[in-house]
Amino acid sequence: MKIDVAYVAELARLELTDEERAVFQPQLESIVGYVEKISEVDVEGVEPMMHGRPLVNAFREDVVRPSLPAETALGNAPQRVGDEFLLPKIVEGAES
Amino acid sequence: MELFKLGIKSAKEGLEKGDFSSVELVKSVIDRVHAKDGEVGAYLTFDEEGALAAAKAADEARRAGGAAKAPFLGIPIAVKDLINVKGQPCTCASKILEGYVSPYDATVISNMKTAGFVPAGRVNMDEFAMGSSTENSALGVTRNPHDTTRVPGGSSGGSAAAVGGDLCIAALGTDTGGSIRQPASFCGCVGVKPSYGRVSRYGVTAFASSLDQVGPMTKTVEDAALLLGAIAGHDEMDGTTPFDPVPDYATALEGASMKGVRLGLPKEYLEVSGMDPEVKRVTDEAISKCEAEGAELVEVSLPHTQYAMAVYYIIAPAEASANLARFDGVRYGHRSAAAKDVFTLYTKSRAEGFGPEVKRRIIMGTYVLSSGYYDAYYGRAQRVRTLIKRDFDEAFAKVDALITPCAPTPAFKFGANQDPLTMYLNDLYTIPSSLAGVCASSVPAGFTKDGLPVGVQFVCGGFEEARLLRVSRAFEDVAGVLA
Repeated sequence: MKIDVAYVAELARLELTDEERAVFQPQLESIVGYVEKISEVDVEGVEPMMHGRPLVNAFREDVVRPSLPAETALGNAPQRVGDEFLLPKIVEGAES
Repeated sequence: MELFKLGIKSAKEGLEKGDFSSVELVKSVIDRVHAKDGEVGAYLTFDEEGALAAAKAADEARRAGGAAKAPFLGIPIAVKDLINVKGQPCTCASKILEGYVSPYDATVISNMKTAGFVPAGRVNMDEFAMGSSTENSALGVTRNPHDTTRVPGGSSGGSAAAVGGDLCIAALGTDTGGSIRQPASFCGCVGVKPSYGRVSRYGVTAFASSLDQVGPMTKTVEDAALLLGAIAGHDEMDGTTPFDPVPDYATALEGASMKGVRLGLPKEYLEVSGMDPEVKRVTDEAISKCEAEGAELVEVSLPHTQYAMAVYYIIAPAEASANLARFDGVRYGHRSAAAKDVFTLYTKSRAEGFGPEVKRRIIMGTYVLSSGYYDAYYGRAQRVRTLIKRDFDEAFAKVDALITPCAPTPAFKFGANQDPLTMYLNDLYTIPSSLAGVCASSVPAGFTKDGLPVGVQFVCGGFEEARLLRVSRAFEDVAGVLA
């Protein structure tokens, strides 16, 4: 199994160095080679298990409750302006 | 009196009798940390002033009769560094969260505080709980208190080293595929992984959301029962916690005995090659001792065991890759100074912030979820997971609990498992029960001829913690390891 590590890393929004790619390539191929083992199991008609315990919708009352004040929520912001998170320009041609 | 050696129950009794104050207890732990943690490295940070202030408040509350509602007033608990405690750091042992300060308490922490416990100190771990040796921490080295040339296990290695080295009274860890049980075995302490849903995950940094559970790591089984009782239960902030009442686990331990307990021996576990001969010896002796004390041994089969590792290394990375998408340099955590636009803000912040194992698992997870591969990997793994769960259901129709090795080896030397896949095999015995969502413990069983601790694992059905703790408690007497 050949994995295009650079492509998958891009999907994961992760920049890799050439060295990292060279190290990860054989490691990931060996892990994927190992997990291929599950292809031999007959799962015809078997339901997927998504959680440790069967889930039902867990509703709670829709009531307004205190939430984090803006100042607290912004407390760990890497960069901010006023009550907002500061980001590089997102939309082409927009003012940054 | 060396108060730091106490556990939850003995500290509670001493506080009740007025033998010492919470301030004295916390001071003793702090002094012990100063004296010994330079060598062990269990803690990443310890807010001594905060812990002493909380202890002082607890002493005052106790004088005012507060222990009636908060029975554990003023008992300090070390917290794995991925559980949010308001006003304390929460780094997940990652550079991407260096400097982060929690704005709120996780539900396990608010429950613990309601019971009187004081969260005191942040303990080391593998980065984002990914690893089996704590060597993946980006922020510090933790050594095994029984032999500092060896790892403490992981990912809750700091919690285990703190308990095993008497650097705390008790600790909280988390377990996704064995991260409480394997380090407990390596460091000679008790660890309990509750059933999926028994304990709230709100405020606990997510690794693999269908598997993660918080649990106690303690010096005795009774302490584990007390701490689990304090943190467990339904939480409206975590929709996967059912309304099942929380039994009084400590009361459930009364009169615990091996007599008549049907103990299942999964034949697939005992046939595994590569088990350390000393671990095999200690495990075999543990099983014989249980039988001698009246347990009925029953061979059971968990035929899909051989696929559990493969299923886990699809499901856990897949869920991790989705969970860790939140670390994007926008709202908190590391932001790359080299970012030019939003795309490089993501790619460079993540490249600079995450360590190698986390990157490897994010890529693995993204790969198995990517277009064209989803059905063959994630979808199929979830189906095989159903078959693994059924194996456990069938076994528990015949037996009360399973007894198995906890980890295939005792604590190993630093750098001994360089290949990721070899490292993953550490969780061979713990992963199947995690996938099945049932509860399991690791209890000290003995020592290798070199003096390294070895634990055995007990496994019970979903929400059968009372039974699990009772069997574990009975085993404590049978094994005779604890002082």
